[in-house]
Amino acid sequence: MEIRDLHFAHGARNIFNGLSLDVPRGRITAFMGPSGTGKTTLLKLIGGQLRPRKGTIHVDGQNVHRLRRRDLYELRKRMGMLFQNGALLTDLNVFENVAYPLREHTRLPEELIRDLVLIKLEAVGLRGARRLMPSELSGGMARRVALARAIALDPMMIMYDEPFTGLDPITKGTIVTLIKQLNQTLGLTSLVVSHDVEETMSIADCVYVIAEGRVIESGAPAAMRDSSSAWVQQFMKGEPDGPVPFHYAAPDYRDDLLAGGLV
Amino acid sequence: MIEAIRSLGRWGLGIFERLGRGNLFLLRVLFSLGSLLVRPRLVVRELYSVGVLTFLIVFVSGLFVGMVLGLQGYVTLSKFGAEDSLGVVVALSLVRELGPVVTALLFAGRAGSALAAEIGLMKTTEQLSGMEMMAVDPVRRVVAPRFLAGVISMPLLAAIFSAVGVYGGMFVGVGLLGVDPGAYWSQMQAAVDLQADIYNGVIKSVVFGFVAVWIAVFEGYDATPTSEGVSRATTRTVVHTALAVLGLDFILTALMFGSPQ
Ligand SMILES: Nc1ncnc2c1ncn2[C@@H]1O[C@H](COP(=O)(O)OP(=O)(O)O)[C@@H](O)[C@H]1O
Ligand SMILES: [Mg+2]
Repeated sequence: MEIRDLHFAHGARNIFNGLSLDVPRGRITAFMGPSGTGKTTLLKLIGGQLRPRKGTIHVDGQNVHRLRRRDLYELRKRMGMLFQNGALLTDLNVFENVAYPLREHTRLPEELIRDLVLIKLEAVGLRGARRLMPSELSGGMARRVALARAIALDPMMIMYDEPFTGLDPITKGTIVTLIKQLNQTLGLTSLVVSHDVEETMSIADCVYVIAEGRVIESGAPAAMRDSSSAWVQQFMKGEPDGPVPFHYAAPDYRDDLLAGGLV
Repeated sequence: MIEAIRSLGRWGLGIFERLGRGNLFLLRVLFSLGSLLVRPRLVVRELYSVGVLTFLIVFVSGLFVGMVLGLQGYVTLSKFGAEDSLGVVVALSLVRELGPVVTALLFAGRAGSALAAEIGLMKTTEQLSGMEMMAVDPVRRVVAPRFLAGVISMPLLAAIFSAVGVYGGMFVGVGLLGVDPGAYWSQMQAAVDLQADIYNGVIKSVVFGFVAVWIAVFEGYDATPTSEGVSRATTRTVVHTALAVLGLDFILTALMFGSPQ
């Protein structure tokens, strides 16, 4: 997959100004950057849910935003996406959620669907939870079910949106292992979007650090740790102030306080 | 002053933009209806939640409205010694006006608001986005079956409302106030015209049903994906449907019954 000179804006807010990067096949590539840099937006652009203002995104040689609707849907069948909150269908139980893409896109007999779903659920360790409803799952379990669903159609590529956020250390570890295992056993091209430095560094083959709408640093995790960029150092070490200011852009503090009046 | 005009203009443009989006959305929904032929099960499930669950409130309201009509009609008619025409008054009021209109209002309150909230929440929790990424078109899978179920159930519910209302009127008129049952039914049969009254009533209920579900699914699908956005979409569904139904009722009535026969 390759992205060239991507420009995108939400209304008047510029999110990307000329982003370019490559994602090699069969590897784990990570995009890192603070919240609000547009990581989720990038995944939606790749999935063709949003249109860029300028620039191209090629997935498996196809220009995502030039495809006709039907071809885009064909491409999406080969991309799995794990949403930040799972995005499970709340009126279906765990089994039916994982079976959903199979039922929608294949004409397999019921017995085969059952076996396939159980295989996917076993892979994420939730075969026993198949009768639970999404509302009965913990955050980590919901994410694992969503993962099982994302791999139900055996995609070539899978995108993880913040897979570690808001999980306890044990569950985080489980997800890290799962992402790695899926990448190795199925040869999936994996795209991990995250701001959790440790977990991401431990599994990624290649890391892109994104800020202000551009890639500011890229390379193998080890190289990143020694990066000379002050920005990357701040992000890796989690220092509150540095090139990325702690404060949102604002007028001078003293003037603001003395100005009085309304907000 | 300039600012006021400017904001008025923005407001007007906003309305037209929404209208345009609503129409485009309707087209998308209508074009998706074909895909439901392959999966009629989706529609059956929605018929249950849209239609069957609205049945009880429509049944009870129809009964009471009919009883009130029986009582009011009797009081007025008996002044002229025309109690025997009670059946006609009750039936015509229900079939021509109250059946379609009140059912549409109840439908908006019970089913429309639920549809808007459900679709809006699915958007808020990224379920619609998730479906798109699974290469499933949410308009086909989520919106179209609900739309069709609503369009099918509205005329049926309106018919039930009118039928129950006629019995409610009979219960009060014949059972409690002593109108002759033979006169109640035979006069009704003689005066209610299939073409002019029943067909026109059915046309009204079809139009109202179409508009009510259209507003509901559009508001839900177009909702701002926050809890506030969903609550606003729900409120708007009920308010806009009520206004649209009452306005359309006047237009349709003028077209159908306006010219003296
Ligand atoms: N639908 C939208 N309309 C307007 N702004 C949006 C929308 N979605 C996201 N944004 C803005 O775009 C920025 C990037 O969002 P997002 O991609 O979710 O960031 P991340 O996932 O990196 O935290 C945020 O600042 C957010 O406020
Ligand atoms: Mg995000």
